[in-house]
Amino acid sequence: MMKIKKLFWVSEKENISHTAVLLNLLFVTVLWVALFWLSLNAIHVHLDFSFLKQFRIRIWDGFLVTIGLSLSSFILSFIIGILSAAGQSSPLLFIRFFCGIYVKFIRGTPLIMQIYLFFYIIGTAWGVSSRFAAGVMILSIFEGAYISEIIRGSLLSLDESQLEAARGVGFNRKQTLRYVIFPQITACALPALTGQFASIIKDSSLLSMIAVIELTQAMREISAVNLRLFECYLFLGVLYLCLTLPISLISEFLERRFQYES
Amino acid sequence: MKVEFQNLSKQFEAGQTILKPMDFSDEINTLAIIGPSGGGKSTLLRIIGGLITPTTGRLWVDSKEVTQKESDLQKYRRQIGFVFQQGGLFRHMNAKDNIAIPLEQVHGYSKETASARAMELLERFGLKDDWKKRPAALSGGQKQRVAIARAIAPRPKLLLLDEPTSALDPEYTTEVLDVIRELKDEGMHFIIVTHEMGFARHACEKTAFLYEGSLLEYCESEQLFNHPWTGQLQRFLGKLLEWNV
Repeated sequence: MMKIKKLFWVSEKENISHTAVLLNLLFVTVLWVALFWLSLNAIHVHLDFSFLKQFRIRIWDGFLVTIGLSLSSFILSFIIGILSAAGQSSPLLFIRFFCGIYVKFIRGTPLIMQIYLFFYIIGTAWGVSSRFAAGVMILSIFEGAYISEIIRGSLLSLDESQLEAARGVGFNRKQTLRYVIFPQITACALPALTGQFASIIKDSSLLSMIAVIELTQAMREISAVNLRLFECYLFLGVLYLCLTLPISLISEFLERRFQYES
Repeated sequence: MKVEFQNLSKQFEAGQTILKPMDFSDEINTLAIIGPSGGGKSTLLRIIGGLITPTTGRLWVDSKEVTQKESDLQKYRRQIGFVFQQGGLFRHMNAKDNIAIPLEQVHGYSKETASARAMELLERFGLKDDWKKRPAALSGGQKQRVAIARAIAPRPKLLLLDEPTSALDPEYTTEVLDVIRELKDEGMHFIIVTHEMGFARHACEKTAFLYEGSLLEYCESEQLFNHPWTGQLQRFLGKLLEWNV
């Protein structure tokens, strides 16, 4: 009896056995599949994924565009984030306010509104014709505000005592930056930054609104032709998970790896 | 080692005075600075260590003036070992790196020599098996022993310790004070800010009593504790004795 209980119940300090992990994962999977299957049956839908083969090139292209969009946006938003985090502690007041208002405006409004605003007003006014480039810019401006806060938070987490210790051992400014500040803020920011990358991938789906043919838009177009909405969106979800799941695992790993503060 | 200052004072930006202008000149081997909190002990130690600059006055250590230019201070700090009350170890580095990386980067040791010197000191302080641990995994006493090892690793001419035991449990306090006592026996010059009156009295040749930013008493430790002549020091010592066993 105790043995069976142990397979499902863990107290805080115990190590969880592999059998218990596998068993419970299986249990949860069955539960989800059953729930889905029952729901689909209730509305008399029978899934048929055979069309995927026919559209595989378009899906693959969309998948690649999503990866390209996300990677480019991640790099650009990282740069924007660093500049904005630094700007928020600038001695020049107008730069500080500019960055502060940027972060508050972006974080306080929905992405879809920003996409329309930037694409149709600012994009048109400044003659940005490539939808991919416009998409990267819009997404970077959006994510940059979040990354700015991640970086600002990790800068704030730097302890004054660590900087004093750096002076105490005789480090100069460059050595302090290289051996103390940089490793400590990286440790603090890296897990959150990785998590933000997963958000970028998901958020890039909204660029379908301005007809960037990324993964979501490709699926929308396909479903508009064959009307297999459920299959299209289910498969779309699976593809996004293929990207985001490994990233969130990496993020969790990094979090454990850098957990040196008691 | 000769330590001398003239008209030395410190005011913080908000305007409060931490140290009133003071003069001092003496040969120092081992000195304890005692006094109530807020009396300016740590501030004085930091000025002597070149970590903060005084508002007025000049300072000479080992008969050389400590000029208050950042580039000069950086060079000066390399000759001084500093141990902080707590949080002085780099928390992202293990015990060995905490000692070895400054040796490599600041003092120009090769990687191997720095690492060997770090291990030698860790072994000496009974931490050989803990060299891989980061500060969070060490006990308070172990942390302070690593901090002392780091401070003396480059063989500084003067060791400054800012309340190295006041964040520690009593049993760790003893192990840390034992280490400092050992260093004294080897001829290390040090100045320690401390609340451990027994240590000041028996392990330090001289003691200075700092009270509200002024140096009220300074003499041989034995004499200072046996014959405190200012009312402030008498009251201060009286308070500490109240709960003695």
